[in-house]
Amino acid sequence: MKICYYPGCTLKTKAKELDAYARKAAEALGVEMEEVKDWQCCGAVYPMAKNEIATKLSAVRALDYAKHNGGKLLTLCSACHNVIKRVNDDMKNDENIRTKANNYLALEESYNGETQVIHYLEMLKNEVSFDEIAKKVVKPLNRKVGAYYGCLLLRPSGVLAFDNPENPSIIEDFIRAIGGTPVIYPFRNECCGAYVSLKNQTLPKERSAKILNSAKEKGAEEVITACPLCLYNLQVNGAGILPARYFTELLAEALGVK
Amino acid sequence: MDKTEMTEIMKEISGTDVRKCMKCGKCSGRCPAYKDMDIKPHQFVTMLEKGKVEELLNCSAIWNCFSCMACVERCPRGVAPAQVIEAVRTTFTRAQNNNGLAAEDIPPIVDELIPQQLLVSAYRKYNK
Repeated sequence: MKICYYPGCTLKTKAKELDAYARKAAEALGVEMEEVKDWQCCGAVYPMAKNEIATKLSAVRALDYAKHNGGKLLTLCSACHNVIKRVNDDMKNDENIRTKANNYLALEESYNGETQVIHYLEMLKNEVSFDEIAKKVVKPLNRKVGAYYGCLLLRPSGVLAFDNPENPSIIEDFIRAIGGTPVIYPFRNECCGAYVSLKNQTLPKERSAKILNSAKEKGAEEVITACPLCLYNLQVNGAGILPARYFTELLAEALGVK
Repeated sequence: MDKTEMTEIMKEISGTDVRKCMKCGKCSGRCPAYKDMDIKPHQFVTMLEKGKVEELLNCSAIWNCFSCMACVERCPRGVAPAQVIEAVRTTFTRAQNNNGLAAEDIPPIVDELIPQQLLVSAYRKYNK
């Protein structure tokens, strides 16, 4: 299976492992990730103001590329996924944004939200299946892992439609598939403090400590995430309460391709 | 620009209907930055409805909201407080000399691990 892939800026720099392990694991699972040609940074945050158009265009370009190259766009970074999926929803349902973005881009054929945006975890669940993954595991994790969802994969759930925003289960199912024991803890869908850590580090420090202490109290030995900013906040602002790693690293480890 | 016009623009770019709010406070109850919000999420909605734009534009809560969408998720009336906060912050930063992050403040706080995603997202949120 071949699928269009949008890596994003951080996966080419500070989060190279998130990308590298995802590619190795995909290869082991028979999925070919083909990078979107000339992709541009998505902007890392979805611009919510209704008259923001230019800041949404890089996402539309990637979406339009995928439309003509298989119809699906695979994302991995939680922020890219959030931005691209929400922009896609605008292109489908917001006539004002759709018209203005199309007028600006002047594509041969206008883009109207046709592409299906799927996150790597959704690809594992729906295209490969957790049962198939479980069969290919050579080194089961055999440890207690806390899934850290954060906010970008789950909310707003009306658009993201990723999982139940209050009680998600996809990462726990993933942990089970690779031979680990998922730990359910109250703060797994709480925000880490996000970009505020560049302006005021007190808030993200408090948030990250709460999240990691919550996971530790329930018995987790480590937490996993799909977001480079969550990982940074948990590692740096969470001050080593628990180790935090990318979920793709554990997948590659279990599949024996790390 | 007069206050009424400013209110209308902020309502429009928020993309949410502030009149639908029934003041239950669930948004503020769910806000992870609650204690650092000098104006709480539910107050943003009511104050915009009432056209209190000067107070909104002068608050510090616009810098502490994570845009985590928890308030939006919990609203039983489909109002989006986070979008109101974004509309206020955007209106503030779009004015001349109103950027929230100064370039010279960044290098001292950049460490080896800081992801590009953090720099890009903070600039997008805090500056025009």
